[in-house]
Amino acid sequence: MSRTAPHLDTIVAYETPEGIFLELRPAGPVVRGFAWAIDFMIRAAGYVLALIISATSFFGGVGTAAGLIFVFLVEWFYPVFFEMIKRATPGKMALGLEVIQADGSPLGWPSALLRNLLRAADFFPLFYFSGMVAMMLSGKFQRLGDLAADTIVVYADRKNNYRKIPPCPPKRPPRPLSLTEQRLIMDFAERGDLLSMQRRRELAALLPFLVKNNEEPERTLLAFANWFSGSR
Amino acid sequence: MRQEPFETLYAPLWDRLERQLSGFENPAGNQKSPRTASDDPALFPGYYKIVCNHYALARSRHYSPALVMRLHQLVLRGHRQLYRPDRAWLRKTIAFIGSDFPRTLRQHAAVFYLALTIFMIPAAVTGYVTYHDPVMIYRIMDEAQVSRVEYMYDPRNRKPGRDMERTSETNVRMFGFYIFNNISIGFRAFAGGMLLGLGTVFALLFNGLFLGAISGHLSHAPYAMVFWPFVSGHGAFELTAIVISGAAGLLLARALVMPGALTRRGALRKIAPQALKLVMGAAFMLLIAAFIEAFWSPSSFSPQVRLSVAAVNWTLVIAYFIRAGKKHES
Repeated sequence: MSRTAPHLDTIVAYETPEGIFLELRPAGPVVRGFAWAIDFMIRAAGYVLALIISATSFFGGVGTAAGLIFVFLVEWFYPVFFEMIKRATPGKMALGLEVIQADGSPLGWPSALLRNLLRAADFFPLFYFSGMVAMMLSGKFQRLGDLAADTIVVYADRKNNYRKIPPCPPKRPPRPLSLTEQRLIMDFAERGDLLSMQRRRELAALLPFLVKNNEEPERTLLAFANWFSGSR
Repeated sequence: MRQEPFETLYAPLWDRLERQLSGFENPAGNQKSPRTASDDPALFPGYYKIVCNHYALARSRHYSPALVMRLHQLVLRGHRQLYRPDRAWLRKTIAFIGSDFPRTLRQHAAVFYLALTIFMIPAAVTGYVTYHDPVMIYRIMDEAQVSRVEYMYDPRNRKPGRDMERTSETNVRMFGFYIFNNISIGFRAFAGGMLLGLGTVFALLFNGLFLGAISGHLSHAPYAMVFWPFVSGHGAFELTAIVISGAAGLLLARALVMPGALTRRGALRKIAPQALKLVMGAAFMLLIAAFIEAFWSPSSFSPQVRLSVAAVNWTLVIAYFIRAGKKHES
């Protein structure tokens, strides 16, 4: 279905056992780099806090031991924890990303551990160079840890932005249109609210053979959309 | 069927599925709203299949993008609930330590022995050389490093196994340090497998080389009777765990270098969960080792007692890997 047209974008499709295609949008290195930077700042703040607490000799040896164990846990398991509980680290959440299995199902414990333990290999030799190379070659922006864990980082779904075509008296278009053309006009009608009046008019006027030097071309297209969607 | 009748006909079903999904995704918020008969979780797979069908129809009939997108979102969320992995972690952890971990290691015994060889050969060579010629240690380590380890195992050192900066540390603090340091070493040896195994081989060689050199050098009086009782107790867990981490890394490397009949990606995906089992088991062993190293190894029990305990530890570890989980093994 989704494989008919060659893709310029990075959408990957996964066919489920039910025979339908899930579309996933992998996130590239730049946005993931920013997410990492946010997480790094959060982790650094945690370390500073741990340092202050363990330096105050109030807790003695127990304090420093707890501090070291805290650093160890954060260094290796901070992403594991957040990716399992919230599907994304705070940095990824802030940028609207989440980690899932490459088949679209939620992340499992083994994969969460694998992708984050192998981070050390992605970092090699410096600044995630190996991970960057792997992302460029893998086709789904998977770093080495993602390849072993079979996971991808995707843009999380935006909140439900389901809009209906504004109702108006339907009108038959002056000539038959293909399904794709019909779909384009319905898409235009559904997304009309997002555009200004002037822009809608400007766009609709690009189809002179349909709207014929009409005063309100966008209203004509809306009427066509109602015709296609079936309110007759 | 045109889009509008399709929508009016099935929208109630979509709403029902959406309500169920929100309930599954937020189990806490679900308790308040009363449950109706149509919200029975047993009906979910049925609803999901129907909506999958609707999504395919909506696409092939070229219904409007917004409707297709709504159905796609429902399907995506449903897919996540239906194919959610099992999360019974406590039962799994017990089963893992009781049988799964030693069984996995036995399954990959060849790779374990390979890792052991990569670790032991340089250790044996440097150990032999530094034992027979006390000057040879300076070929491997510089003077400051040598005097540091000599100080650590000097009988006059009140706290064996700790260098000058650490003699005043409490056992608890050293426990934290051993966890931080040793488990990280294990994890990095594992991750090195993804670099075609080079990182893993380097970690094993490097550790073998230094541990061998130090052991050989310190096997003479006056250090020997401090060094061996100190290191042998936790060594049963620590050294075994480092070699197992290395074996886990080599498993990944084998998938990348010699994928066999599979693609490299496929071979990696297949072996990675097994390698993870090994490295998590090794991390657990390193946790035990850190505990022994911090609280037992520097204790004031006589060297004879500590060496006997070390013998027990080694026997336990070896017996565990040979015997545990054997009963149900096919």
